[in-house]
Amino acid sequence: MANEVCFRNMDQDRPWLLEQYRSRGGYEVLTRILREKTPPESIINEVKASGLRGRGGAGFPTGLKWSFIARNAPGQKYVVCNSDEGEPGTFKDRDVLRYNPHQLIEGMVIAGYAIGATRGYNYIRGEFWEPYERFEAALEEARAAGFLGRDLMGSGFDFELHSHLGAGAYICGEETALLESIEGKKGQPRYKPPFPAHFGLYGQPTIINNTESLASIPVIMEKGGQWFKELGVENSGGSKLFSISGNIKNPGVFEIPLGTPFAELLEMAGGMKNGSKIKAVIPGGSSAPIIPGEQMMQLTMDYDAIAKAGSMLGSGAVIVLDDRNCMVKVLERMSYFYYEESCGQCTPCREGTGWLYRVVHRIETGHGRPEDLALLDDMTTKIAGRTICALGDAAAMPVQGMLKHFREEFEYHITHKRCLVS
Amino acid sequence: MGFKNVPMSVAKPSVNKESLFSPELRAEIDKWIAKYPQEWRQSAVMAALMLVQEENGGYLTTDLMDKVAAYLDMAPIAVYEVASFYSMYELKPVGKHKICVCTNVSCMINGSDQIVEYLEKKLGAKLGQSSADGRYTLKEVECLGACGGAPMFQIGNKYYENLTPELIDSILAGLE
Ligand SMILES: Cc1cc2nc3c(=O)[nH]c(=O)nc-3n(C[C@H](O)[C@H](O)[C@H](O)COP(=O)(O)O)c2cc1C
Ligand code: SF4
Ligand code: FES
Repeated sequence: MANEVCFRNMDQDRPWLLEQYRSRGGYEVLTRILREKTPPESIINEVKASGLRGRGGAGFPTGLKWSFIARNAPGQKYVVCNSDEGEPGTFKDRDVLRYNPHQLIEGMVIAGYAIGATRGYNYIRGEFWEPYERFEAALEEARAAGFLGRDLMGSGFDFELHSHLGAGAYICGEETALLESIEGKKGQPRYKPPFPAHFGLYGQPTIINNTESLASIPVIMEKGGQWFKELGVENSGGSKLFSISGNIKNPGVFEIPLGTPFAELLEMAGGMKNGSKIKAVIPGGSSAPIIPGEQMMQLTMDYDAIAKAGSMLGSGAVIVLDDRNCMVKVLERMSYFYYEESCGQCTPCREGTGWLYRVVHRIETGHGRPEDLALLDDMTTKIAGRTICALGDAAAMPVQGMLKHFREEFEYHITHKRCLVS
Repeated sequence: MGFKNVPMSVAKPSVNKESLFSPELRAEIDKWIAKYPQEWRQSAVMAALMLVQEENGGYLTTDLMDKVAAYLDMAPIAVYEVASFYSMYELKPVGKHKICVCTNVSCMINGSDQIVEYLEKKLGAKLGQSSADGRYTLKEVECLGACGGAPMFQIGNKYYENLTPELIDSILAGLE
């Protein structure tokens, strides 16, 4: 069954309005929690039982992350939502903000209650003006209705929530760069440990989760962790939003149970455009290694299946490429992206991303050298795992994936100084 | 980054904050300041720079950045760092309409090269340049999180998706 969680109200004509959200039982879970003074531990246990894994890309179990917070330690704690959505191919959080902002707000308040945080921020990428305005309007409605502010529904629990607007930097999607950015600085990732659960926003204990992760919480609390878990498959609880784009007929965001065959997702998206043939798929945002089309057609969309195929589910951003695409050109563009977005504080990433790009660029433009592929192989192993944040790995992985599956296209470029495809 | 996190304070906070910006602009910036803990005025720097940039016709000057620094009790260098780090701040004059074209993978395989080519010809400006009449600036940007509508671009606060040359003509004709 599709559309059970974040998209459950997509059939309404204006699902972003409080009145429509409440007509489907919106904010009732929060009200019940506050009225019954549900023990926070039992909320965290429910989230653990749901098998929800972070929807921002890393897939870390959400309940486990929440349990790292020392709830009763004195001092301010924070809930931060990551709506920076910058991983190329990803466009699902934009739809959560536009169409279901109240479910996100409700999820953030519940998260605050569970970890003992009274303040939250939603970091929205600066380009998302329309989603930001929707979210702001929803905040206003929620405040007026008493779902945000002081002493919520007489429970003694306070929760205030604000948005923070980014200004164009992919790296701010990395959680500690995001925190630095809210603190009014350049978005450069911090060394970890300490992790945000101990030393987060303004140096205080903080949980940071993706928009989709937090927006899933009210449904998990309403229907139970077990119910959510059973939507999906082993190790991949729940349903998930997939942003599917590329050479397909009807690109868009689809909520489907984890474990759904890729072939079904492709069919939902109308299949290939103009009857072209599928060549390859990037299954989880541009950092995820590419998978050849035929192999992809046999896979299911869940964390384990995609990992077994040598890639990752990431943010659920599926980019489908047809056989008219030159893989050298595609990789050149991706490498340019990481070069452009490296924050510059680690040498292997700052220098390595530029070097990767320059080498792929020279292959693409017919100046490749016979030793270049070995050079690329070597460089990727010297970047990955040797940097402060995962952008270094993210730059290396697509190169490794391409060279593994489409090496002959690169060799052809180098020997013939032109493209195998066009 | 260490284990202590304190705002980067300036030796002498500026006293005459009222003189820095118009009352309207101050009111807008103050709304952002109010969202953060009192000692973290600098958290409002990104929003303040954006507001100031908008009022200045789309770009920042050193003088304006210094004023933002004074208003938020920050060292000027800390403000320059922010302004030069994030891609949405402009440190040189831009045209009245900044056209930000996404050329990342989903857009590229759906024809963003042709979109760029069409715009460059139509406006007589290459990526990174402005048209001779100063009306448009053409800018290449990374994935804007709207790949379902590829190819796409952003002008001002608005996204335009599923672009074609005809659609571009009508979008540009409809701008002020
Ligand atoms: C370079 C980089 C970019 C990232 N971009 C995003 C992003 O745009 N949105 C997001 O939710 N997570 C992003 N992440 C992952 C976050 O660091 C973090 O894992 C996530 O927000 C945690 O939330 P989750 O557990 O709910 O997924 C990024 C990570 C890296 C290394
Ligand atoms: S890996 Fe790259 S983006 Fe990440 S901190 Fe280091 S230089 Fe910055
Ligand atoms: S690739 Fe262009 S919007 Fe994502």
